[in-house]
Amino acid sequence: MEQAIWAENLTKKFGSFTAVDAISFTVGQGEIFGFLGANGAGKTTAMRMLSGLSFPTSGKARVAGFDVYKQPELIKRHIGYMSQKFSLYEDLTVQENIRFYGGIYGLSGAEIRSKTEQLLQELDLEWIAKSQVQSLPLGWKQKLAFSVAQVHNPSIVFLDEPTGGVDPITRRQFWEMIYRAADRGVTVFVTTHYMDEAEYCDRISIMVDGRIAAMGSPGELKRDNNVPSINELFVRLARHTSSNM
Amino acid sequence: MKTILYIIQKEFRQIFRNKTMLPILFVMPFLQLIILPFAADFEIKNIRLTIVDMDQSTLSRQLNSHFEASPFFEVTYQLDPGQAADRMQSNDIDLYLEIPSRFEYRLLKEQSAPLHLTIDAINGAKAGVAQAYVQSIVRDFNREVISEWTPQLQPRALAAMGQPVDITFQNWFNPDMDYNTFMVPGILVLLVTMIGGFLSGMNVVKEKEIGTIEQINVTPIRKYQFIIGKLLPFWILALIELAIGMTIGKIIFNIPFVGSIGLIFVFASVYLLLILGLGLLISTFSNTQQQSMFLTWFLMVIFILMSGLFTPIESMPHWAQVLTWFNPIAYFVEVIRMVMLKGSGWADVRGSFISISAFAVVLNALAVWNYRKRS
Repeated sequence: MEQAIWAENLTKKFGSFTAVDAISFTVGQGEIFGFLGANGAGKTTAMRMLSGLSFPTSGKARVAGFDVYKQPELIKRHIGYMSQKFSLYEDLTVQENIRFYGGIYGLSGAEIRSKTEQLLQELDLEWIAKSQVQSLPLGWKQKLAFSVAQVHNPSIVFLDEPTGGVDPITRRQFWEMIYRAADRGVTVFVTTHYMDEAEYCDRISIMVDGRIAAMGSPGELKRDNNVPSINELFVRLARHTSSNM
Repeated sequence: MKTILYIIQKEFRQIFRNKTMLPILFVMPFLQLIILPFAADFEIKNIRLTIVDMDQSTLSRQLNSHFEASPFFEVTYQLDPGQAADRMQSNDIDLYLEIPSRFEYRLLKEQSAPLHLTIDAINGAKAGVAQAYVQSIVRDFNREVISEWTPQLQPRALAAMGQPVDITFQNWFNPDMDYNTFMVPGILVLLVTMIGGFLSGMNVVKEKEIGTIEQINVTPIRKYQFIIGKLLPFWILALIELAIGMTIGKIIFNIPFVGSIGLIFVFASVYLLLILGLGLLISTFSNTQQQSMFLTWFLMVIFILMSGLFTPIESMPHWAQVLTWFNPIAYFVEVIRMVMLKGSGWADVRGSFISISAFAVVLNALAVWNYRKRS
């Protein structure tokens, strides 16, 4: 499989604190890669380095074929990103948000129009296309944010805890959207701390204290560690380090 | 370029949907413009004077009538100096004049009689003006007394009072000494400064506060595109406000436009670049709109009070005058007054223009540099 993301000994230090400690992994094109970890384990920091928002302290990484040190601007053109914090403009309408993000990614007027139509149809939001985003329920906003993150047809999307605070049914629908994106060949790099979601991923890595403590497909990890669920594995790994501390 | 247009479109949409920003943009400035010139009138009228006439003579009443005839005084009477002092204590009057008993007698017999004036000098400027008015009325009274009662003394007495030279005044550029004429151009400067300084800084910080800046940073938008897209709408709005403000100045206050309006706008457009750069620089130091507001407010109060808008820069101590070289508001207040009221041309404002251009370059460079470093 072609590699969408490749990282080797990627490290980020803030002063004497090492947030991400020499992690190495690869993600194949079209793969759904889950990045698991407790709060503060370094998931978001790792994702920010890969998406060109922050420079690594050391190590190497390539995203969509581009170097994170030398070509962050090229990386930005080829990835979509959805952050923990809600990223759409609440005081713009659904349509205006799509138009704005389409516009800054360099889509033409005609492309923006057809994309808007397509997204509204997929999300079933045509009837409130002219409502301001702040009037939408959280679940709808998250789905819209995910779609807007793909408005420029990126080859990789980074999702930082996209389903935080969303009800189970909407989470389910959200994951269906992730599968549809993967079916189109989009690589999905998703962080989460919902262990049931981990089971939906092709491959996962569990981060503990800035290091990758386990990596593989959910099935492999359960078999190799002899645990009934990823949740159990996660608790065991997390407890192991905290007893060391 | 297209990217910038998309950002500008978004900004204008957000500005016109923002229920707090709209009144700040379109109601507050014009209320200020209409109200402030009246409040900032330094001509002192209606000075509250109490006369304690302990003589109750023909001459003392003659002196009283001089004060009553003056448009500057509201005259009341008391019989006891202690009561007058109490009234000043309770802020009912601004000054009181004691006419001692035997005033007339001494004036006629001894050709001289004392008067005692007590002034509330908390407001030093007002006290000075009041004293000058009182002296001028007493001088008129003196002359009258000399010519009426002791004509034989007149030449000598007048010589003692100094030459009876009458100084005449001619006020150039503001012939009626109209404070509106003086204040309105200065207040126009405040309006554009507020919009440029406060709103632009807050607008940039808002994206940090709500977290959308993270999303913007992960798109291919370049820093310069983002900054231009964010600031240009306020540059345009501030110039529109200036135009509306000048129209109001003309219609309501009948402010003269002696100089070139084009020159004012050229100056204003560079001045706004400076102010927007300052707002942007402040926004790079702030994480919330509140922080940005407080920082801007701190600077604005200093800039405004030291701008020469209310008090002349020439009467500040030397070190303070040196500080005003770094005060952008001082430059624009001076230039807009010179151009609007005196008709000064390019050659007169060139020095100020070069200064603010240099400041604009430095501030924007600092802002962009600092912006990069922190994001």
